[in-house]
Amino acid sequence: MSTISTTQVISDSALDKPRTGTWDGGNEPFNASYGKLMMWFFLLSDAFTFAAFLTTYGLIRHRYAAYDPAVNGAFHFSTKWWPVPDKVFNAFPGMGHADVPLGFVALMTMILIFSSVTMVLAVEAGHRMDKKDVQKWLLWTILFGATFLSSQAWEWSHFIHGTEKGTLMNDGTVFHGANLAMNQYGPVLFADLFFFITGFHGTHVFSGVCLLVWCFIATTNGTFEKRGHYEMVEKIGLYWHFVDLVWVFVFTFFYLV
Amino acid sequence: MAHHAPAQSTHVGEIPKPNVGWIWKTFFVLVGITALEFVFVFLMDPSTLRNSIFIVLTIFKAFFIVAEFMHLKHETKGLIWSVLIPMALLVWLLVALVTEGNAIHNAIY
Repeated sequence: MSTISTTQVISDSALDKPRTGTWDGGNEPFNASYGKLMMWFFLLSDAFTFAAFLTTYGLIRHRYAAYDPAVNGAFHFSTKWWPVPDKVFNAFPGMGHADVPLGFVALMTMILIFSSVTMVLAVEAGHRMDKKDVQKWLLWTILFGATFLSSQAWEWSHFIHGTEKGTLMNDGTVFHGANLAMNQYGPVLFADLFFFITGFHGTHVFSGVCLLVWCFIATTNGTFEKRGHYEMVEKIGLYWHFVDLVWVFVFTFFYLV
Repeated sequence: MAHHAPAQSTHVGEIPKPNVGWIWKTFFVLVGITALEFVFVFLMDPSTLRNSIFIVLTIFKAFFIVAEFMHLKHETKGLIWSVLIPMALLVWLLVALVTEGNAIHNAIY
């Protein structure tokens, strides 16, 4: 205590004045806590990983021939050209052989966007210290996240099992569906990229759901209420929105373009 | 931790009213852009123009998610730039490797 009063006495001298600039320490120059900043920089590095995947997709897609109706006739799967996405992803659960181009992936996109909304609502409720609302919106987010994962499981299963017709391969046999070495839709790398890109994204969604479940339990136990703030919900929210953001890009570059 | 405090001052134990209008506005913008993308998928034949439209719409969607949902618009300038500047390098990588892919294609076919 005595040291403080001593400092006050000599602080009139300009030399000994404490430095109070933005970067002189003792404050948060970015106005964000350590945890939030680290989440931002983790997400930046994760964005680089996903960008590497999508850039690889761009390179490989441009390396193969595109399907041209004028030259190749009516569309059919062939290892000679890159498949058209609306012809590959045109099945809908419970609709048998109906042709619903990109219908299911549209639904999955809506589910993920909606889960982002319920996540922001949870963060907003956290700012108001409203424990009940935080719980409610976290539960909705978990529900939509789990629904997205189940949809992706269905999508994978359908992609792996393929269509009844299959594709006549170069060795004269008919192949159905896809694995990492062979697929009925087009060049081998098409299925490989599908598995790696949507798989890596799905793993992120799964981790997000795990974090949300943990967060829900901590909220219910009153951990954040005792701490005096719900910043953890905000940090997990940043991660969750990032997963939605990645899906926006995967959706465009894998399914639309 | 002043920025965690609720916007309006309230009595202890009282929970302020939710302020969620902006959240639903952003949601409808995102849904609208996605719907627009589907319109282009079905009404336009694949072309460089269509792909460019998709990329522009995707960047719009990304902007709304990052700026509003992730709150980046309301952070300090230093944080905004330290996130955005490294992303510019990715655009360079993408352009470089797609060009490379075209070069390989031309060498093969």
